[in-house]
Amino acid sequence: MSSEHVAHHSRAAGVDQGRASTAASDVSGSARDAGRSSRKPDSRTAVILSDADIRRTIDRIAHQILESIGDRPALLVGIPRRGVPLARRLAARMAQFSPGNYPVGALDITLYRDDLRGRPPRALAETDLPQTGVDGLVVVLVDDVLYSGRTIRAAMDALRDHGRPAAIRLAVLVDRGHRQLPIRADYVGKNIPTAFDDDVAVHLTEIDGFDAVTVERAA
Amino acid sequence: MTTFAAAQEFSEREGGRPAPVLIRGAAPYGEDPADVLLAGGRIAAVGVDASVHPEAADAEVVDGSGLVLLPGLVDLHTHLREPGAEDAETVASGSAAAALGGYTAVFAMPNTEPAADTAGVVEQVFRLGREVGLVDVQPIGAVTVGRNGSQLAELAAMASSAARVRMFSDDGSCVADPLLMRRALEYVKAFGGVIAQHAEEVRLTAGAQMHEGVVSARLGLAGWPAVAEEAIVARDCLLAEHVGSRLHVCHVSTSGSVELIAAAKAHGASVTAEVTPHHLLLTDSRAESYDPVNKVNPPLRPDPHVQALRRALADGVIDCVATDHAPHARQDKETEWAAARPGMLGLETALSVVCAAMCETGLLDWRGVARVMSENPARIGGLADHGRPIAAGEPANLTLINPSARWTVRAEALASLSRNTPYEGMELPARVVATFLRGRATVRDAALAAGAAV
Amino acid sequence: MTSLATGTGPATAPGSVGAALETVSAATNDGYADLPRHLLAASDLSREAAIAVLDTAERIDQAIAGREVRKLPTLRGRTVVNLFYEDSTRTRISFELAAKRLSADVINFSAKGSSVSKGESLKDTALTLQAMGADAVVIRHSASGAPHRLAGWVAGTVINAGDGTHEHPTQALLDAFTLRRHLLGGAVRDRVGNGLDARHVVIVGDILHSRVARSNVTLLHALGARVTLVAPPTLLPVGVDEWPCSVSYDLDAALAGADAAMMLRVQKERMDGAFFPTAREYTRGYGLDLRRRALIAPHGIVMHPGPMNRGMEIAPAVADGEGSVVTEQVANGVTVRMAVLYLLVSGEGADRV
Repeated sequence: MSSEHVAHHSRAAGVDQGRASTAASDVSGSARDAGRSSRKPDSRTAVILSDADIRRTIDRIAHQILESIGDRPALLVGIPRRGVPLARRLAARMAQFSPGNYPVGALDITLYRDDLRGRPPRALAETDLPQTGVDGLVVVLVDDVLYSGRTIRAAMDALRDHGRPAAIRLAVLVDRGHRQLPIRADYVGKNIPTAFDDDVAVHLTEIDGFDAVTVERAA
Repeated sequence: MTTFAAAQEFSEREGGRPAPVLIRGAAPYGEDPADVLLAGGRIAAVGVDASVHPEAADAEVVDGSGLVLLPGLVDLHTHLREPGAEDAETVASGSAAAALGGYTAVFAMPNTEPAADTAGVVEQVFRLGREVGLVDVQPIGAVTVGRNGSQLAELAAMASSAARVRMFSDDGSCVADPLLMRRALEYVKAFGGVIAQHAEEVRLTAGAQMHEGVVSARLGLAGWPAVAEEAIVARDCLLAEHVGSRLHVCHVSTSGSVELIAAAKAHGASVTAEVTPHHLLLTDSRAESYDPVNKVNPPLRPDPHVQALRRALADGVIDCVATDHAPHARQDKETEWAAARPGMLGLETALSVVCAAMCETGLLDWRGVARVMSENPARIGGLADHGRPIAAGEPANLTLINPSARWTVRAEALASLSRNTPYEGMELPARVVATFLRGRATVRDAALAAGAAV
Repeated sequence: MTSLATGTGPATAPGSVGAALETVSAATNDGYADLPRHLLAASDLSREAAIAVLDTAERIDQAIAGREVRKLPTLRGRTVVNLFYEDSTRTRISFELAAKRLSADVINFSAKGSSVSKGESLKDTALTLQAMGADAVVIRHSASGAPHRLAGWVAGTVINAGDGTHEHPTQALLDAFTLRRHLLGGAVRDRVGNGLDARHVVIVGDILHSRVARSNVTLLHALGARVTLVAPPTLLPVGVDEWPCSVSYDLDAALAGADAAMMLRVQKERMDGAFFPTAREYTRGYGLDLRRRALIAPHGIVMHPGPMNRGMEIAPAVADGEGSVVTEQVANGVTVRMAVLYLLVSGEGADRV
C-alpha cells in the first residue's frame, strides 16, 4: 500500500479525498486496489505500456541492475503491493541473464508514512527481509510508479532501522514526475509526462490478472 | 395570571386566606367536566353550584377545559437531604420540585445528617416545610438510633411531637435484625404507627451495583439479587401478621415480592406496598451505559419484573406509587459506576412516568392514578387532609393536569438542586398545569406561582 | 524471513500465488473500516475488526523481526497516557513498551503518589488529561465501566487495560494472537485473514471475577472458536448461561481433545470458605496437573494470563512444560498492543470520517 501506487487514481489530493475509499489518499495519490482487475481501459485511457512492453522493460532494467551491482551482494526489495511482484520478476530475469542467487524481499512502509494523521487506519502489508539483515548489501528498492518521492523516503527510513546497506538503489517501472522530495530513480522503465491530476495505473498479472500501464487523462 | 397573582398576594397580606378560585370545565378524575370552586382553603362547591356560589363572584377564574383535576398527589418516599446535604437538595428546593410535580404532601425520609431519629430533628424538618409552604412536609422518623439498626429510636416521642410522626423507616438501610424489626412493629401499635421497610438482605448484596442477572454478568457489576429483597419481604410479612401490626414495604422491585405481598394480604396481614415510577418504566439494561444516573437501590430490574409491578399496581397488590426522589450532588454521580451514590430524582417526573407506564398501557385510568398517587399514600401515611375526594367541604388540595401535553425532560430545567434524572431527553406524556395547597396555587401554568415560594 | 523468494531460475515463478493471495486478503478485509473509536470491550470488535488487529500485529512483528532498532516512527509526536488506578506492573509495562516502540510520548499516571490518591475524581483527572492533549488514554481501573465513563469525558482514544470485573480486551486479543500462531500454522500467510473457527478453548477458574474470561468469551466466539468455561458453581456468574459458550463443572471432561486450556488466576481472598472450602480442594477439582495436561489434544497449548499461583490453578511442571505458552503471551502482548495503538491512535488528530 505505498503512497505511490498511484494506479488509477493518482490525482490531486483534493480530488482523491472527496472519494469514499477504504484505502487512503494523500498528496501523491491514492492506493485503492479494490476492483482494479475488473476495470478495463476506456476511451479517455491510453495504454502507455503493453504487456510486451512491460516484459521488455523489465528485461532492460534487469540488465542494468546486473551491470551496476557487479559482484556485490544485492537484495531486491519490493514495496507492496506492486513493487513486490515486480521485484520477483526482475530477480527471475536477472537469474536467467546471469545465473546466481538474487534474493527478493518485501518492505511495507506504512508505519513510516508521514501522513497517517487524520486518516482511517490502513492495513499493513508484508515485510520480508533476510534474518541476516541488510548490512553491506546493495539494496535495490523496487516500486511500480515514482511520483512524489515520499514512499521512497519512507522506505529509506525503514531500511535504516534494519541496518546499514552498502548502497540503496531505486528501480521503478514508471516515473511520472511531480517530485516533492529530492529523490530520483536509478533505473526507470519509462518516463511518462503527466498532469498533476492524471491517473497512472500499473496492472500486473499477479495482482490484476493482466499486464498494462495506462494513463487516464484528467477531464 | 397577573390578576391571579395580584389577588393572591393581596389575600396573603390580608391574613393568609387565599382568594377564591373557580376552576371552570376541568374533569375531576378525567370524568365529566365540572366547575370547582375553591374558597377558604376548602372546596366550596362542585358542579352547577360552583358558579352560583356567593364566593364565585370574586373568584379568580381558571380555564380548566381539556384538563384533568385530581386530588393533590402525596409522596410517601422523598429524600429532601436537609439537614446535612443541602448541596443536593433542601426542604425549599425539594418542596418546589414536589409542587411542580403535582404534589401537595411529601413524606421526608429520615436519612439526613443528623438522622431524623429524635423529636428535635423531625420537628425541624416539619417546621422548615411549613415555612416554605409549597407542600406539606411530613417527616418520617428513623426506626433505630442513627439508622444503624441496633437500638430503637424514641418512636413515641416523635409520634407525640409537633410533627406527629406516624411512619418510621431506616430507609437506605434495612432493619436487618429480625428481633429488632419485630419490636419496632409491635411498639408503633401504641400510636397507630407503621414501619416502612427498606427490604434488603445485606449479606446477599455486599458490594452490589445492579440487578443480578444476564446484564450484570456481562457488565461485570456485582449483582443485587431479587431474593435479597424477597427474603426480607417474606420475613417481615410473617412478622407483621404474627404481631398484628402494620408493615409498609418500600420500593417493591421484584415479581417475587409482589407474590409474597399478595399472599400476605390474602392472609389478612396489614401490609401495604409502594412502587417507584422508575421501577415501572426502566429496566436493568440502562446500566449498559455505565452512567450512574441509572444506579438506584433497589436496582432497576429486567422487564418481567417491570410488567409484574405494573400489574400489581393496577390490581391493588401494590397500593401506591412513591417516588424515592433521591437527589445527589453532581460529584456523587459524575463518577465511575461503583463510586456513585444510588438514587434518582422523581418528584417532577412521577406523574408523567406513571402515565407512560400505566395510563398509556391501559392499566390505570385517572381515578386509578388518584388512588395510587394520592388517596392510598395519604391513608397509609395517616394524612387526614390529603387524598380526599373532590367534593364540597373537602380540603382544597388539588392538582390540575393537561393529559394531552407531551414534554421533554431536561435536567437543567428541573427545580431540584440536583440533576440526576434518568429521563433526560425523554419525551413523556401529561403535564402538571397547576397545584393547589389549601386553596392557594403553588403552581400555575406549569411554573411556581408568583408569591408561592417563600 | 521464512518466505523469502529467491530468483534462482525459472523454477521460481515470479510472484508466487501464495504471496499474491496473502496481500489481496489483507487488502479486502473491511475490518479496518469497522474498527471502533475506543477499545472498551471485546464486543467493540467485529470478527473482521478483530482479525484486522491480529493481522496488523503479525505485520508489525514482521516489520521489527530481527532488527537492531526495534522502534517505529508511527506515533511520533503523539501522547499516550497510561492511567493506572490499580497496580499492574506487567500490563502497564506492556502498554508502555508498545507505545514507546511506536515512538509515542508516554506519560505514566498511576494512582499512587498522584492527585488520584488524594481523592481527585475520575472526571477531573480526565479533564486534566484532556487539557494536556493526550491522544490516547490507556486506563486500568478497579471499577467496571470506568473506561466507558472516561470515553465520555476525553477527546482522545480510550483503551481499556482492565476494568474491575468487566473486561480486558487487549488480553483477549493477545490470547487470540497466541492461539492463532499455534493452531493455524507456521507461516504468516496461513494466519492472516483467518479466525479461530472450530477450535476449542477451555477457560478454567474464577469466571465470576475475571475480566480476562469475559473478554475472551466474546472475542473467541467472534473469531469462531468454541469456548467451554469450567469453574466451581460459586465462581460462575448468574446469567452465564446466556453467554456464547458452554459451561461445565467437570474439568477432565472439558479438556478432552481441547486445543487450548486457559487457566485463570484464583485470588487469595476467594479462598477459605468464601467461594470454595480450601485451596487444596480447589486444586483437586480445577487445577491443571500433568495428568489433566495429557487430556488436551497433542498439539494443544496451555495458557495463563499471569501472574500464576503455581501449585494452585496450575502445577509447576505444566506451567514450565511443553506446550506452555505463558511467556510467549507476554511477548505477544506488546505486539498486539502496538497493533491496537497503531490502528486506533495513528489516525487521531484531524477530521476522521
